[in-house]
Amino acid sequence: MAAQIFSAITVIIIGVGGCVAYFWGANKLVDIIFPSRGVAGAAAIDNLRRQGLIRPWLFVGPAMIILTIYLIYPVVETLRLSFLDRGGANFVGFTNYEWAFGDREFRSSILNNIIWLAVVPAACTFLGLIIAVLTDKIWWGTIAKSLIFLPLAISFVGASVIWKFIYEYRGAGQTQIGLLNAIIQYFGGQPQVWISLPFWNNFFLMIILIWIQTGFAMVILSSALRGIPEETLEAAVIDGANPFQIFWKIMVPQIWGTIAVVWTTITILVLKVFDIVLTMTNGQWNSQVLANLMFDWMFRGGGDFGRGATIAIIIMIAVIPIMVWNIRQANKETGGH
Amino acid sequence: MAVATGKSFASRFGVHIAVFIFVAIWTVPTLGILVSSLRDKDQIIASGWWNSFASSTQTEAGRLPPASAQVEKDGKFVLEGNIFGDDPARDISAFGVKSSAPTQYPAGTTADLGDGETLQLNADGSFVMTSTKPFEGERGQRVYYASSAPPKFTTDNYDTVLFSEGIGRSFMNSLTVTIPATVIPILIAAFAAYALAWMRFPGRALLIAVIIGLLVVPLQMSLIPLLKLYNGVGSFFGVPSKTYLGIWLAHTGFGLPFAIYLLRSYIAGLPREIMESARIDGASDFEIFVKIVLPLSFPVLASFAIFQFLWVWNDLLVAMVFLGTEGDQIVLTAKLNALLGSRGGDWEILTTSAFITIVVPLIVFFSLQRYFVRGLLAGSVKGG
Repeated sequence: MAAQIFSAITVIIIGVGGCVAYFWGANKLVDIIFPSRGVAGAAAIDNLRRQGLIRPWLFVGPAMIILTIYLIYPVVETLRLSFLDRGGANFVGFTNYEWAFGDREFRSSILNNIIWLAVVPAACTFLGLIIAVLTDKIWWGTIAKSLIFLPLAISFVGASVIWKFIYEYRGAGQTQIGLLNAIIQYFGGQPQVWISLPFWNNFFLMIILIWIQTGFAMVILSSALRGIPEETLEAAVIDGANPFQIFWKIMVPQIWGTIAVVWTTITILVLKVFDIVLTMTNGQWNSQVLANLMFDWMFRGGGDFGRGATIAIIIMIAVIPIMVWNIRQANKETGGH
Repeated sequence: MAVATGKSFASRFGVHIAVFIFVAIWTVPTLGILVSSLRDKDQIIASGWWNSFASSTQTEAGRLPPASAQVEKDGKFVLEGNIFGDDPARDISAFGVKSSAPTQYPAGTTADLGDGETLQLNADGSFVMTSTKPFEGERGQRVYYASSAPPKFTTDNYDTVLFSEGIGRSFMNSLTVTIPATVIPILIAAFAAYALAWMRFPGRALLIAVIIGLLVVPLQMSLIPLLKLYNGVGSFFGVPSKTYLGIWLAHTGFGLPFAIYLLRSYIAGLPREIMESARIDGASDFEIFVKIVLPLSFPVLASFAIFQFLWVWNDLLVAMVFLGTEGDQIVLTAKLNALLGSRGGDWEILTTSAFITIVVPLIVFFSLQRYFVRGLLAGSVKGG
């Protein structure tokens, strides 16, 4: 253990130190090659100008190189691979795309993704909004918000273990150690194997993501609610509006932009949901989704990169319009920053 | 929001109840694994964790002594003793002699077993079995009983998981991955953000547009080409393709667009006068950046750091692709995923491992919540 801690610290120092050394060293080098101090006036001005030409590229250079290798090149390459066969050697045209739309598992993934898209963003936004409004009215609201916000810090895998324990199944009549089946049995129902119930198991997986993401929706919406001018609410109260009218007719319309940003952010997340499905069912019992199917094809039977890339492209096609709209909306809210 | 919309006592009370229910739903699941991770492993499967503070009841089987131990008393043949032998006594609530009815008779009663035989089993485990005929046979009577054991909490599970299940090692691996994968993108993004905000050079506007464009690229797009690239580089130079350096750079690449986007909008908003007066005093861009911009940007750097830390620590996909699913370098999330497969029903292992994986994010989260919320508000467009 001690040896491992030591090697971990060494590796961390080398990694971080190397990065610091680049920025410091590159700058020093520019100063040495083109000195601006201690040389004659004209030469100093000349060198300052040269420094000004070089230095921006030293600053943005590492970012540009990494972005090129890790994002720009892969986008082009994935697109290319999606037209090649499993080993990436032969051009096969649209065969992979034809395969995808004819494949039973792919179609079931698309269908499941659509159900996730219909349920999760709506549930998170709705619950988040309700909780934000309710917690604003009570003295222990901040504590309550912290606790509801907390699952956002938990990994999808950790959350899957937490919920798998809740869905744990024992035969009828036995002591149930899973909370859900214990409650069902207490009220006289039949315990169920929740995660393998066809169709409904999707909803038991969605609950996990809703549990994680509601805190996110709540925090963003709560801060938007605080930005609502008091006068509009006071005026509504004076006019005799009831709490529901105030909520639906005064508050919701004023934070509509924020609701849309929250909704779309969670939508993008849902399109890429992977960990929960992998750890809970690995796509069995008709619970497959696109991101997990893609991961599956990357390694299944030695890996089929053509089909994997095709699924990645389809995820990207679904994400991009929502994302573009979302960035526009966010820029509008923050005034162009 | 000072305007209270529900004035009556009943509606105020209703709000408290409603919030309490929400808080319960959101905290009870996590509480479940925390409590379970501290329970004795036999008790975890014997009763639900919500009963862990009460005694747990379990049905056990025992055997009475063989016929050779019998004594004759008042014309009857008698077997006496304690079912627990030398083991610590537990509380017996009921017993039976058939496996189909293990709790047929309450403790302390005398059961008529037919054929002139009776059996009495008391709560403390002592028993008296009588018969009108001598007992025969090598093997004694089988007895089933329901006993309750007092609640038992232990940290044994943590010992097991940390030192023999490899979670301790994975914990260190996660730190080794996460710390540089948080610091490196901050450094690179901060320099780039400063240059994009305050330095003049050709192509600046185009670069900003490209970076915002890259925000929309889903992570999935990068996986296959990078996996191929890493394998290619690995076999070309004869080095392993799954390395810490590889995953740091991957996380840096995936985090950079958001980091630059977030930092640039903050750094661009810093007051122009400070930069200009420093420049007049002869400070170079490097000095301005290190001495003025970095300290002033602390809040946004902290926000991004927390974001990236949580994202990398909790990530499973990138770790599985670039570090693999087995071996010495496996991180906590991947280890937990592997345990779910190999130790599916061993809840003492799973709950304890899960709690260890979430404890660091929870500490970071609670101690730095303010910055985290600020980051969320500023960057709700993160693609990842």
